Amino acid sequence: MSARAAPRALAAAPRSGAALAAGLGALVLTLFAASLVVGHAAIAPGAALAGLMGKGDPLYQMVMQDIRLPRALLAAMVGASLGLSGAAMQGYLRNPLAEPGLIGVSGAAALGAVIALQTGLAAAFALALPLMALVFACGAVGLILVLAGPRGASLTLILAGIAVSALAGALTSLLLNLSPNPYAASEIVFWMMGSVADRSMAHVALALPVMALGWALLATLGRGLSALTLGEDAAQAMGVSLGGLRLRLLVGTAAAVGAATAVAGAVGFVGLVVPHLLRRACGARPDRLLWASALGGAAMVLAADLAVRLILPERDLKLGVVMAIIGAPLFLHLIYKTRREIL
Amino acid sequence: MTLLTVENLTVRRGECPVVDGVSFRVEPGECVGLIGPNGAGKTTLMRAALGLLPHEGQSDLARLSARDRAARAAWLPQQREIAWPVEVETLVALGRLPHLPRGTALRAEDRFHVEAALTRMGLGAFRHRAATELSGGEQARVLIARALAQDTALLLADEPIAGLDPAAQIATLQTFRALAEEGRGVLTSLHDLSLAARFCTRLILLDQGRKVADGAPAEVLTEDRLAQVFHLRAKVHRTEHGPLFQPLDVLP
Repeated sequence: MSARAAPRALAAAPRSGAALAAGLGALVLTLFAASLVVGHAAIAPGAALAGLMGKGDPLYQMVMQDIRLPRALLAAMVGASLGLSGAAMQGYLRNPLAEPGLIGVSGAAALGAVIALQTGLAAAFALALPLMALVFACGAVGLILVLAGPRGASLTLILAGIAVSALAGALTSLLLNLSPNPYAASEIVFWMMGSVADRSMAHVALALPVMALGWALLATLGRGLSALTLGEDAAQAMGVSLGGLRLRLLVGTAAAVGAATAVAGAVGFVGLVVPHLLRRACGARPDRLLWASALGGAAMVLAADLAVRLILPERDLKLGVVMAIIGAPLFLHLIYKTRREIL
Repeated sequence: MTLLTVENLTVRRGECPVVDGVSFRVEPGECVGLIGPNGAGKTTLMRAALGLLPHEGQSDLARLSARDRAARAAWLPQQREIAWPVEVETLVALGRLPHLPRGTALRAEDRFHVEAALTRMGLGAFRHRAATELSGGEQARVLIARALAQDTALLLADEPIAGLDPAAQIATLQTFRALAEEGRGVLTSLHDLSLAARFCTRLILLDQGRKVADGAPAEVLTEDRLAQVFHLRAKVHRTEHGPLFQPLDVLP
């Protein structure tokens, strides 16, 4: 992206996406395998595989199937959802600073989760928290669609998203403020830091269908987002229905990011940073960036979750915190480069 | 076959008509220049004719499905937007999107049209450059190549030569004229009346949303009309290269 430093840099981008897909795919698989092997209990890779298949030591079976597998699966799913929606959102708004949280879905999902924690629903029924989060994410998208109107411009969408985010943030703070019980408050604060630790296959089963719906919707956007490179008017004249595109983007993002927030809490920066990191490797093509960011997001969250387990394993470091610590410097780098481009 | 038939087209902004009961046709072989002062409704007319704006009256393009319309007419908006630093070749290939079945890569015929468009606009040497790194004039050529790659019978262009240097302006209009000579149709809005007179086969003059003249350039561009519509006192020099306009003064 830095035009001056490397004027011909894009020429070096791979002609076909096959090499990129293979590279990212291998990275995700490696990190996924590492995520299954690394953990509190030292289990040899062979025993880990046997445990995963339901053979050998019953304790290993339990650790692999009920603790490590859901954790690795959720990290990959959450990362893919955030990366994919980030790439879609940036493509639609034609802005590298856009991220899925912009439309208020993650804020609203967090509010739903906090209400579930605060009211004790979460304690009464294990899946109440992710379900509440999903319901609130859907509500946020509905509200945004009403606010921005069926034919609204992308600016209206951003403004509606900021309004919904601000409202959700304010209500979350209010709940914390009014919380009668300091333990509940600290539980909420820890939940909001984001984590995929101590989740079960029930979380995977709840999130996967919703995320898959979101992925399916977002995957259809490639063509429209490519056409949008030329602006809304030209894209429309090339046969792209902007209303349909926007609806699929919003519902797809709500499903993917809503489900991700519901099971893992607020994990920031993935949707912002991953498309940025992969843009050049994709030759800046918005359609290619969609699947590349899904793979890249999965790799990034898997890596961050490994880092959580390897650095200070005894202190229960939160995924969202590590992600932000990695993400913020990358974001600063992005701003620095954008500044150079404007000059 | 007539390429574009617009009948009694009206576009309102609130109550006020921006385009008011305009009718015209574009036939194959015509390069039609749409002229008129700022705010005369040139852009609005073209966007409504494409069906991108709600309108009253008829336009045969607007009645088509988005996909069929894109196969019949290419649209070059005035805003030269290139959002991402994609390669020139990739950007030009976007013109093939309306023809590509969903989920397929570029086919041989698509590559043929992309190559033809790159060659025609002299962009062969730029094909692997990032489009955003090019100069304004080069970007304009890339975007025209994108529209050419769409390979449509009709091209609508909104002020395609605004902001280009004189050579690029002439080269662009020569391309449009050549497209018309191949049997395609072109409808383009222009502000440079001398160039409009030289390169268009026909001119449509708009004033306050109404069509006030439609015909051969020499018939449409008279000193009286310039005074009436453009509030301009201008001298028309009849030269061997067509009429030349020398704007002299603004009329009250």
